[in-house]
Formats: sequence, structure tokens, C-alpha cells
Amino acid sequence: MERDETVMLIGQGVKSPWYVGNTAQGLLARFGARRVIDTPVSENAMTGAAVGAALAGMRPIVEHPRMDFMLYAIDPIVNEAANWFYMNGGKLPVPAVIWGVINRGGEQGAQHSQALHALFAHIPGLKVVMPATPADAKGLMVAAVQDNNPVVFIDDRWLYGLEEVVPEEFYSIPLGKGVIRRQGSDVTIVAVSYMVREALKAAEELAQHGIEAEIIDPRTVKPLDFDLIHKSLQKTGRLVVADGGWKTCGVAAEIAALAAEKAFSCLRAPVLRVTLPDLPAPASRTLEAAYYPVSADIVTAVNRLVKPCHEEGMLLHRVSYAAQ
Amino acid sequence: MTYSRKLLEDLYATMLRIRISEEGFVEPILNREIRCPVHLCSGEEAIAAGVCSVLEKDDYIFGNHRSHGHYLAKGGGLKEMVAEVFCRETGCSRGRGGSMHLIDPSCGMLGSAPIVGGTISMALGAAMSAWVRGTRQVAVSFFGDGATGEGTLAESLNFAALKKLPIVFVCENNLYSTHLCIDEIRVSRNIYKMALPFGEKGHRIDGNDVLKVYEHAKQAVELCRNGEGPVFLECLTYRQRGHVGPDDNVQGTHTDIRPAAEIKRWLKKDPIKRLEKYLLQQGGFSSQDLQQIRAVIDTEVSEAFDFARQSPFPAKEELSNYVFAQ
Repeated sequence: MERDETVMLIGQGVKSPWYVGNTAQGLLARFGARRVIDTPVSENAMTGAAVGAALAGMRPIVEHPRMDFMLYAIDPIVNEAANWFYMNGGKLPVPAVIWGVINRGGEQGAQHSQALHALFAHIPGLKVVMPATPADAKGLMVAAVQDNNPVVFIDDRWLYGLEEVVPEEFYSIPLGKGVIRRQGSDVTIVAVSYMVREALKAAEELAQHGIEAEIIDPRTVKPLDFDLIHKSLQKTGRLVVADGGWKTCGVAAEIAALAAEKAFSCLRAPVLRVTLPDLPAPASRTLEAAYYPVSADIVTAVNRLVKPCHEEGMLLHRVSYAAQ
Repeated sequence: MTYSRKLLEDLYATMLRIRISEEGFVEPILNREIRCPVHLCSGEEAIAAGVCSVLEKDDYIFGNHRSHGHYLAKGGGLKEMVAEVFCRETGCSRGRGGSMHLIDPSCGMLGSAPIVGGTISMALGAAMSAWVRGTRQVAVSFFGDGATGEGTLAESLNFAALKKLPIVFVCENNLYSTHLCIDEIRVSRNIYKMALPFGEKGHRIDGNDVLKVYEHAKQAVELCRNGEGPVFLECLTYRQRGHVGPDDNVQGTHTDIRPAAEIKRWLKKDPIKRLEKYLLQQGGFSSQDLQQIRAVIDTEVSEAFDFARQSPFPAKEELSNYVFAQ
């Protein structure tokens, strides 16, 4: 915002010290009440306003602290922002960032928990960014703001507690470029957003059993850096995709399909998905514990690929996600 | 009130340009030469012409599915518009949009779209951009009475009033939301009153009287430029043609909706004939003057249709252009 006067932030809770994990703290005092606007509960119009402002030369970021409410804004995102450039023959781009936060767990139930990135990734004309680390969150946000297209930027509140040294200087991370979080030779784990953390835990456990997992964080689910995944598969021949969204028609399904389409000859085993089960998020903590996939589920899936299923002791009890 | 000869001539020419080009679409629609959905605004020209006549080139407008008039009145290229309705590569949206997606950023026409109410908040955002930058630009949102049923209008009215944004909400109340008479979609016909609880200024005006539209729009835009917006204008008008295509939607046709007598009554209030009468009786124009203006536009429109027909369709190889901007 310091570098570009056209950048502005609008959304619910930008003034609040707790609403979105302090991400907007201090901005109002620094940039004023015209460029930092705490809005009424009006997701549809506020998102449409961001799109309109983008068409009129601004680079707005519109923020949805719980992305479940962002569904009210599906029209300006899908009908308007995603289509505007194409349906007007490339006359006017839409450089808007639509920022949604996934807030799950804590017995919040089905309408405070949804990870809807696959829904947006499905739409032509949208880019979908999902950072997994604080340093990436900064670099990817800069790139999203600089991008001339509508970018849906989704971060997971479970990552807000992460601590990491974030470079102070101005930098951006190109959209569409993934990163290898851990080198390995036995299996490729593509993990999206929060699931990168679970994958790293899983990799540690697997390493204790002599299995070296390579972890790929795509960072943007659209455009997706499949080349990076492909190269890894040439080395490992095995793929587990870990995604915090639902299974059916999800991002994990897309990555699995790409593997079948483009890297079939590399595959030595079926592709397994570790995702949410296809059901709404429950509130009770006992059910939540069964609902959200964790590192053990990734370990289970890897074991199924690396060793035959019938081999005793390798099949952990939490087989349900991978087997669904 | 007296009006300059230039203003009167411009208003007349704009309305006539809209009418003649739109009526030019009728035959090609009927013979399937034009296939995209075309929503004609015949009978509603005074609103676009009156409102846009008080706007500067760098002011913003957003239209809807019935936006040939908005586009032309704001200064959008005629050839490019006709070519777009024919879905040609030379069209203002390079054949990717058709009649419902008209855009000309060079004159502040930032686009039109058929999602009912969908562009209201975008005009709000354009107004917000002017407010943030501290320019004196104004944004206008054109929408129909049907859009008053959408929640986004209430959200936009509230936010616009809250921040005193420079936006004029122009509701073209043509009494029909596709096939439904306004009485079947609203409990009250007083659309302009929707703006009042938000503390906005709202007016109902005769949308077939271009001079009345001009006067109200002038006031509204001035208020916006002085930071005293937003303003809501309900312009009462009537769609002379069908919801989509030239079909009249009259009794007896397959889209039988509107009483023939009602249409006949409104045809008598035709905004162009009405202005012609004024120009001849009070404006100091002779019938030769008017014929001359018409002749120029006839030529212009006919050239635009020739241009469109001679233009190529987009090449198949270019299907995937313009998905993302660089």
C-alpha cells in the first residue's frame, strides 16, 4: 500500500484487533479511512464494489474473515470478475484480490468451517492462491495485488499461529510456481495450505521407518505448477495428495487426474487422496477429531502405496480418508 | 428553462442514433442474421441521453442487458457496437460478448451485464474509486425495475449513503420485469422511495421527457461532485419492444403479456416524437433542421451496419485469448 496508491483494503473487521488475526492492524492509522474501509455486513455489494473499483483503476483487496460468508459474493466473483476481461474482448482487466479466510475447528460447525478453494479454482478467469507459510503469505499477497486478474486469496486460520522469519524487504512470489518443502525419493506428497504442516509431520514419522517423502506445496492451486509435481513423480513414482477441502471434485481430485493424464508412465501405484470426507463439518470435538485429516492419515496413505496393504502392522487405524 | 441549441441538438441526435441503430437490428434478428439475445430499448432513449448528456468523458457508467442506449449516449463507438451485436471480431467486445456485453473504457462506459442487479455494486465501486482518489468523477448505475428485487441494491444504497459516494442510481422503470408487470413483483410502485430510508435523495421523474431527465441528472451529478451524493432517480418509461428481441409481447403473440391498448397509450408518449414537437414549437428548429440531423444519423448507422456485416467473425484459433490479462 505504501508503494502503490491504488491499493486499498475493504472488508469486515479490518479495524478489529482480533477479527482476522491482526492481519490488518495499524493499516487504518497509516493509510486513512478512504483506503482502509471496514464495511457493513454486505458481502455481495462490497465485493462487487471491489470489482468496480478495479475496473476504475484501483487495486482493491476485499477481505472476508470467514469465507463461508463469501458465498454471498459468488455473483460478483464468478459472474462479473472472472468473466469481465474475456467477455469484453480483453478491453478491461480486473485487478482485484478477493481474500477469504478458512476458520475451522473449535466446535464452530458447518457454516464457519468451509474450505471452498476448489469451487473457485473451477472457474475460468480466476486465480486461486493458498499460502502455507507466513513468508509465502506476504510474497503471494504482493503478487496477487500486482496481478492484473481477479485473484482469490485463501488462507487457513490454522496457519495464523505459525511463527517464521519473514523478510522485511519487498518481494513477491510468482503465482503458479510451487515449492519443494522437503526432498525425498520414495513418495510425493502434494499438500495444500494447512496440510503442508501435516505433511511435514507425516514425513518425519515416515522417515523413522525409512520412507523418504518429497513434499510439494503448490502455493497456488490455479494456475497449478504441475511440472514440479511431474518431476517429483519421475523420481518417486507414488503420489498422495493432501488437501483440506472435500474429496469429490476437489483440488486433490484435479491433481490426481493430472497425474493420470500427464504422468501415467511414472506411476507405480494408485494415487491416493487425503481430504475431508464428503460431509459438512460437525461441531462436537469428538466428531471434529474424526473429520479433519491429520498427519496420521497421510502416513496411512503413504504406507498403502509403499507397502502392500495386507502387510501386517502397516495399516494404521485411520485408513478411512484414504480409502473413501 | 431555456436550453442551448447545441444541447437540444445533441439530445435529439443521441436519442435518434439509439433508435435508428436499434430498429436496424429488428430485421437481422428476425432473419437470424443476429443470433445473440438483443434487448431493445426503443422508447427508453430519453433516460440514457438525458443522464449521459451531463456526464464528462471520464465519468463512469455501468449498464445492464438493455444497454445499447447507455453505451451510445456515453459516447461509445457506433460501428463497434453494431459489430458486437453481430458478434464480429471488430465489435467492442471482439465478438466475445454480444449485445449484452458492451464496453468502451475510452469514454467511461465500463461495461454491461445481464445478471440482474449485478453491475449496481460495480458502479458503486467506481464511485468509491473516485472518492478514494479525490477526483470529481461521478459513477452512474443504470438498472431496471426488476433489479429492485435484488439484495445487492439495498446493500449498495446503504454503503453509498454511508460514505456519501458520488453515484447516481438510475432506475429505468419500464413497468415490466421480463414478462411480469411491476404490480406482480413489488408491493409498491414507488421505487424512488427505496432510497429515502438510507438518507439518500430520491426522485421520480418522467423518463420519457428528456429535458426533465436532463435537469434532474444535472442536479444529481452536481450534488455528487460536491460530495453530497448519492442520488436515486426513478425514471418512469415504457419498453416499446419485447423483453428480448423485437417481439412486442402483446396479446395474441406467443409471448402474450401486455395489453395492446397499453402499448398504444405509451406509443403516444414516445420520447423522440415528444422532443421533436418541442424543438419545432419552442426550440427554434425547423422540420428541415430535424431532417438534416436524421439524414446524417441514417448514413452513420447504415455505414455501421455495412461495417459489421463486412467484418470477420473471431478466428477459432483465438478462442483462448483474453482469459487472463498479462
